[in-house]
Amino acid sequence: MEKVTGVREIIKNNFNSNKGRLMEKVMPKAFLLAASISIITTIGIAFTLVFDAYKFFSKVPFKDIFSTRLAPLASTPAFGILPLINGTIIIALIAMSVAIPVGLTSAIYLSEYASENIRRTLKPIMEVLAGIPTIVYGFFAYSFVTPLLMKAIPSLEAKNALSPGIVMGIMIIPLVASLSEDAMNSVPNSLREGALALGSTKLEVALKVIVPAGFSGIIASFVLGISRAVGETMIVAIASGSSKNFTFDITKSMQTMTAYIVEFTSGDAGSGTLGYYSLYAVGLLLFIFTLLMNLLAQYISKRYREEY
Amino acid sequence: MSYQIEDKGELKTLLNIETKKSNMTRRIILDRIARNIFLISTIFALLVLGILIYKIWVDSVGWLNFKFLTSNLSIFPHKAGIWGAIVGSFLLMAIVAPVTITLGVSTAVYLEEYAIKGKLQSLIKMNISNLAGVPSVIFGLLGLTVFARLLNLGSSILAGGLTMSLLVLPIVVVASQEAIRSVPSFLRDASYAMGATKWTTIRKVVLPVALPGILTGSILALSRAIGETAPLVVLGIPTLILRIPSSIMDNFTALPIQVYYWTLDAVLTREYANLAAATIVVLMLMLAIMNSTAIIIRNKFQKRY
Repeated sequence: MEKVTGVREIIKNNFNSNKGRLMEKVMPKAFLLAASISIITTIGIAFTLVFDAYKFFSKVPFKDIFSTRLAPLASTPAFGILPLINGTIIIALIAMSVAIPVGLTSAIYLSEYASENIRRTLKPIMEVLAGIPTIVYGFFAYSFVTPLLMKAIPSLEAKNALSPGIVMGIMIIPLVASLSEDAMNSVPNSLREGALALGSTKLEVALKVIVPAGFSGIIASFVLGISRAVGETMIVAIASGSSKNFTFDITKSMQTMTAYIVEFTSGDAGSGTLGYYSLYAVGLLLFIFTLLMNLLAQYISKRYREEY
Repeated sequence: MSYQIEDKGELKTLLNIETKKSNMTRRIILDRIARNIFLISTIFALLVLGILIYKIWVDSVGWLNFKFLTSNLSIFPHKAGIWGAIVGSFLLMAIVAPVTITLGVSTAVYLEEYAIKGKLQSLIKMNISNLAGVPSVIFGLLGLTVFARLLNLGSSILAGGLTMSLLVLPIVVVASQEAIRSVPSFLRDASYAMGATKWTTIRKVVLPVALPGILTGSILALSRAIGETAPLVVLGIPTLILRIPSSIMDNFTALPIQVYYWTLDAVLTREYANLAAATIVVLMLMLAIMNSTAIIIRNKFQKRY
């Protein structure tokens, strides 16, 4: 646009611009194209996983994967997925038994007890904790938490399920805390004041009024936490090792679904081998599980939200 | 209390109040205890952050020096440096930033300005929020299949950058959507009133006003991308790259990748753990700089209407 001096000129310029007309038709389509990239990404993920998982299942009968023996590189390879599912569930359980109590109580403190000043200092720290790359947590689990736990539990192996589980829990605390706090903050003040006027202590207000009122949001934060724990990769890839044994002993090494994928792609499993296709079968299971969890979280927070 | 009690019923109520009172002290004590437990659990997170930073700092002392920053990788821990990884990480960002900002902002503009409320719009929105929850390792598998194998890009910077762009795309979209939504409608109306077309209004009014929010979101997305490891490992980044990458088609290594391999190697000798810790310090410093830039932009340039 040329140099303009007044409103009249601007309007005239806008009106006469032919280039503008063309852009007017092109731009919406360009934006739609960009927006469709995200949908293409989802389709791409689903398609690549299903396509290569199908190749896997065309060679390995479906019922064979329900076995506790996982030995993809053995001379008679076995692809039982149960050790991976077991490892994933156990480590996620350890993580959530750290993240839920600490995250929920932090949320109650921040939302019900903390003064504005304390809240303003503590919340950014939580955000910093949430912004630390997971690889750093992995290093922390392996080189600090594991040696520390070894002092208390001498039988602990250098790679085990306990240490990455705990560290993963710490990683998920900010997620649970901030989402639960949002849920509690959205409970209207009138409910708080009503309960306080009836003589309740703050604890009673929190446990009997605020938590029940924000329950859907709190549960949704737990579900999202579980989804994060199941999808988390680097902490377990570093600190829980690659043992494919089916065990419930948390002092021993276990492998999760994510760690299996990482181990195999960074290893020598060449394209076209059965081990390579097994990655996509595991990836497909992981994708479906986390997708269901995320949809469940959205459903819970929408369906059961109390409207005030 | 000196008033007369007339019937037994009233006496009972009064007694009841008395028992309630003694109950009250118990309830208040319980409240105090709970308050302290809640406080401790909030401080727990802070404490862990402190220990984590302290531990990594202690491990890196003596290893983090100019030579470490400027020399190349080596199989000997004392000679190893991370110059190649720093270059790799920067080149990765050089791809992620333009790709993800272009796609992310365009998607947000479409959703907020052009899309008609309906099935397509809600499909894209739901899709983006679900994409944000997909584990990063799955994006790695997508990149491995589509970029590395199908498009034959191998484990190049381009393949890694494109994979990473898709991974952080939802962050940019959501941040840009919020920024665009917060542009007051009277600014748009004023622009239309002067005869500006929709595209002109978006280009000259909406985007400039939304720019601080968009920039903040983009920087946060980049800081997520710079620390993300799993997709790169899945893409098959080789363990030891001795050449400094010079083009986007070269093989490369990045800071988090070095942390990963050195931490795994720490089983062999503790010196690798020191190398990993020193690399983490560099990585965290970069993150700190990026995040504080984002916060400064948010606080300084965001106009309130």
